[in-house]
Amino acid sequence: MSTLALEAINVSKRFGDLQALDKVSLQLRQGSIHALLGENGAGKSTLVKCIVGFYVPDDGEVLLGERQQAIANPRDAHDLGIGMVYQHFTLIPNMTVLENLVLARPHLPAVIDWRKEREAIGARMQKMPFQLPLDVSVNQLAAGEKQKLEIVKQLLLNVKVLILDEPTSVLTPNEADEVLGRIRDMTRDSGLSVLIITHKFREVMTYADDVTVLRRGKHAGSARVADTNIKFLAELMVGSEFTSTALARESVAEQTLKLEIDTLKVADDSGKAAVKGLSLQVRGGEVVGIAGVSGNGQRELVEALAGQRPQFYGEIRIMGEAYAGQRADLLRHGFHCLPEEPLRNAAVGRMSVAENLAFRRFDRQPFSFGGWLRRGAMRAAATQAIADFNVRPPVPGIPIGNLSGGNVQRAILARELSERPNVLVVANPCFGLDFGAVSEIHARIMAARNAGTAVLLVSEDLDEILELADRILVMSGGRLVYETTPTEADPVIIGRHMAGHGEETHAH
Amino acid sequence: MNGEESQWLTVLIAVLGGAIRVGTPFLFVSLGECLTEKSGRINLGLEGNLIMGAMAGYGVAWITGSAWLGVLAAGATGVVLGFVHALLCQQPRVNDIAVGIALMILGTGLAFFIGKPLIQPTAPHLPALHLGAWSDNPALRAALEINALFIVGVLLAPAMAWFFRSSRWGLAIRTVGESDDAARAMGLNVNLVRMLATMAGGFLAGVGGAFLSLYYPGGWSEGLSSGQGLMAVALVIFARWDPMRCLYASLLFGGAGALGPSLQAVGVTSGYYLFNAAPYVLTLILMIAASSTKVRSGMPGSLAAR
Repeated sequence: MSTLALEAINVSKRFGDLQALDKVSLQLRQGSIHALLGENGAGKSTLVKCIVGFYVPDDGEVLLGERQQAIANPRDAHDLGIGMVYQHFTLIPNMTVLENLVLARPHLPAVIDWRKEREAIGARMQKMPFQLPLDVSVNQLAAGEKQKLEIVKQLLLNVKVLILDEPTSVLTPNEADEVLGRIRDMTRDSGLSVLIITHKFREVMTYADDVTVLRRGKHAGSARVADTNIKFLAELMVGSEFTSTALARESVAEQTLKLEIDTLKVADDSGKAAVKGLSLQVRGGEVVGIAGVSGNGQRELVEALAGQRPQFYGEIRIMGEAYAGQRADLLRHGFHCLPEEPLRNAAVGRMSVAENLAFRRFDRQPFSFGGWLRRGAMRAAATQAIADFNVRPPVPGIPIGNLSGGNVQRAILARELSERPNVLVVANPCFGLDFGAVSEIHARIMAARNAGTAVLLVSEDLDEILELADRILVMSGGRLVYETTPTEADPVIIGRHMAGHGEETHAH
Repeated sequence: MNGEESQWLTVLIAVLGGAIRVGTPFLFVSLGECLTEKSGRINLGLEGNLIMGAMAGYGVAWITGSAWLGVLAAGATGVVLGFVHALLCQQPRVNDIAVGIALMILGTGLAFFIGKPLIQPTAPHLPALHLGAWSDNPALRAALEINALFIVGVLLAPAMAWFFRSSRWGLAIRTVGESDDAARAMGLNVNLVRMLATMAGGFLAGVGGAFLSLYYPGGWSEGLSSGQGLMAVALVIFARWDPMRCLYASLLFGGAGALGPSLQAVGVTSGYYLFNAAPYVLTLILMIAASSTKVRSGMPGSLAAR
């Protein structure tokens, strides 16, 4: 089958100063899965949003079944048989599965006969790759079920072209395999054509037929998956400018004791003890990594350190002085923190990138003078930080919530590293990021360590800890249960301690 | 039946009648606010709509001699104020709460200014249905003297519930109220839907005002509404954005409002002002109760996202 289901020719789109797409072309063969690969901010989402009419491209055209089609809005795309599953769910949480499915239809009758709809949709649901309960409210569905519902919603509309924007980012690997496997079956059985945005090579190699790579808004290359390999795709994706940014671990001469935690006890939201008497010390020029399965008190530990959970027992000292997590403490001790989910924990989504970047120092010079904020200075500092940390799009005025996950991470890291931190606490800094961003963030953390910062790294990713940490601690059940060094570390033994079965290995 | 018992029965009947009489404006304003909030916008300006509606309704009824034309005029001023609210709110970086407060003050001030000459004249009242004609009990007869607007409101509540559940437009309003992004993905014009919902909500609030000036308490004066428009907003939260619960809550508020006067009618004068404060106390209690997260289920997504 080599007829084209959809073709985009020389599509360009500009947002203000940013050329988000520059003459990008793409050919989707009928009955195939076409992967669109690229780093955060490469223009993948912009391209598909141009295809479905969410954005109007400045230039270029979209051919559907070899005819040019004007697609002015998502409804036109619907009518032409193009359906898109967005990265952020467009389901309505307070409505039921049935209501959501009915609402998705482009031309609703003025009055809806719910009994008839339920029968019709119930019958068609039987033939869908995923079955979902109709009367459950969407906010009670798990993330994987929501993703399946989004896909079913499009399939019920009889789409011929299905576009999926990072469909597996919220799924476990097993769920991802299930979803992608079923979709591949559908392309083979019913001639469905699928365009899938991803940055996971494994999914491209396993499920896609063709692949197009974007880099910085430009078309970097296209290939049949069977004729290519991961190394080639990675080079296309990151480009020749990619040099390994991994920074060497330098020996730091003067290692003063900076952060001390002494028998810390912290309660979780329900009041139960989550951190149960934890003690540790971090010296300047040292990365201490805390490994562990999430839900073993790491979140509460980081929140207590960041001042988000002010009620704790025990003592936290920085440079020998008591530390309570107040703003004054943070500033005096040079305490900086990149918590997990920074958009929720360290940013205000509706405020601009520039404002978010000024949070630490907005009330001091140069950001404020005589009680007045100086937005020009904030903007200038933000522009600099955005350039230094490669935040995309490089626009200080847009709400930080509009940035992609990796760019929020970079922006917050830019803020936290803007003045040389004395103590840096980092929690799952690379969750959900592509490898370019991961190596960049790792390099920044290592650079801070080499400059004498005391770094406490809390991560669920053992590889990350093995790469960065000078000392490795394992947290389980609210306690530190094991300590080792990267050179002596045995992932099997660490894994056993993470799972809470450490006692058997004492003989080691 | 001894005197003591019949007194309490009288109070009960009076509270019941009051629930209907005092509750009607609450009902209209809360249904209007419910409609607006379902679309994802809060209109605190409905207090202004209410007072403007009361003034305009009274004025037009007096000039034309038709109370029903007055009701329409009241609704029309509500539509205009709703349009202004929606137009201001859809500008970038404009906060709907602030606009609402501004329009509340504007509506109130404008109504007092234009309405000065209306304090003296007497306009025709809205007709009442004498549903208590079968009874010899004068208290019961008075309580069952029910205004046609109340009947309209009672029918409107289930109609609105059905509208939200089963009509295309109702679903469009709910979708816009739940998520801008979802609505846009469906090809809905978010601002237009909100504007229409705010204007329709304004209409209902204006009609509520006409009830105040054309039926109960009747007449135009500057003290006509004592914050009923604002209380109706609290009432919508209490009703969890459900039109049927708006009806019940309005009756509850109306009954609370009638408590003071009916106790006074049977000679309980001590604590008169305290009992008159019952609706306000009820508002406070409801607000505290509504601050628990459980009650917030049913809150439109775009309101919860603030």
